[in-house]
Amino acid sequence: MFKKEIPPGTKSKVKSSVQRGIRSKAIETYPLLEPYMDEIMPKKEQLDMIKLPDRVTLYALSASPVVPLFWQHMDDPLIPHLRLVHRFPDCFHRIRIDRGAIRFVLSGAALMTPGATSPGGRLPEADGNGEEDYRYGTEELAPGTVVVVEAEGKENACMVGQLKVGTKEMKATKKGAAVEAGHYLGDGLWNLHLD
Amino acid sequence: MGDNGVAGAESIPQSKVVVYCGVCSLPPEYCEFGGTTKKCEEWLKKHHPSLHGELYSEAAIEANLSTLSLDAQKRAEKDAQKKAAKAATAEAKEVEKKAAAKVYIKRVERNKRKYVTAVAGLEEHGLELKKVAKDLGKKFATGSSVTKMAAGGEEITVQGDLTEGLLEYIVKTYKGVPEDNIECIDESKKKKAAAAAAAIAATEAGLQGR
Repeated sequence: MFKKEIPPGTKSKVKSSVQRGIRSKAIETYPLLEPYMDEIMPKKEQLDMIKLPDRVTLYALSASPVVPLFWQHMDDPLIPHLRLVHRFPDCFHRIRIDRGAIRFVLSGAALMTPGATSPGGRLPEADGNGEEDYRYGTEELAPGTVVVVEAEGKENACMVGQLKVGTKEMKATKKGAAVEAGHYLGDGLWNLHLD
Repeated sequence: MGDNGVAGAESIPQSKVVVYCGVCSLPPEYCEFGGTTKKCEEWLKKHHPSLHGELYSEAAIEANLSTLSLDAQKRAEKDAQKKAAKAATAEAKEVEKKAAAKVYIKRVERNKRKYVTAVAGLEEHGLELKKVAKDLGKKFATGSSVTKMAAGGEEITVQGDLTEGLLEYIVKTYKGVPEDNIECIDESKKKKAAAAAAAIAATEAGLQGR
């Protein structure tokens, strides 16, 4: 989605009523974020809305330096910026990809299913992934869920986006794109200069 | 996901602080995919030695390699090399461009004895025109703004004849701009000089005609 560099778009302040709306929406989408919400988005702080190409809006905290929080394509769900994901890694649905897939993801390819179903990858399993990998959850995820993509052997997430197919289907077919048009490390959104 | 988050059990919400590489801006563990791996490693060694020891230890590298099949390893290697080469050429180009980029300080006559000074080309040296304009206005206590040029692009227009002051100020405050790259042009003088040259040529021609 952000393969090309993004020219800094127009920045405008968000009304406080809209700000409340964003806040509640974020909590609704990511219930686990609730205890941290005051840290992420202090009530008194001003939010900025930055228009990006392709009808994407980025919401950022208007401090200095500016802290990017969420981005949204039209009326799709709010998707956290990777810097936010890195700060609160435990608050989102997560999957893991194997090492071989990292370089493709970081150069902007769609995440393909085999990267997540192979031995190095992790998807939510009904009977758990074992002690070590409890964090990948036990419930199957539906298409459209926002997932954070972690990588084998890495601590931080490398991509975030919406699932194109459900995890159940992924396990069954082991083929095709799993996450398309996501936000990955080193893409235009990541490198965007915000002030 | 449900109730499997460890952090959710903590009473005090606290965000994790992640170190980002100063060279490629990714978390250091992803530097190896960036193409500027060498530089990233040096940076990390200098700024976060403990993390460097962890990430670039021999054991870590070996563990990284062992998870891939030989074939995939080779392909990844090739890809990394290509990326590195690309990054290197891009950087070289950037440096070259910067070395060649000139900054023009131009005095433009507004109205007999009233001048504005236009500064063009600062953006090539990684300066933000809007901010610089504001600073210049403050420093010289005059109006200063970013204006669009007829030829495309933007320049800073400062009110008043400040050619010399600007030259000195820019060299002093913005170290990224080499003095040799700054050129002062006096538009009105140029016109006069051209006119004078033309006049001389005309009289000479006239003399020769006689």
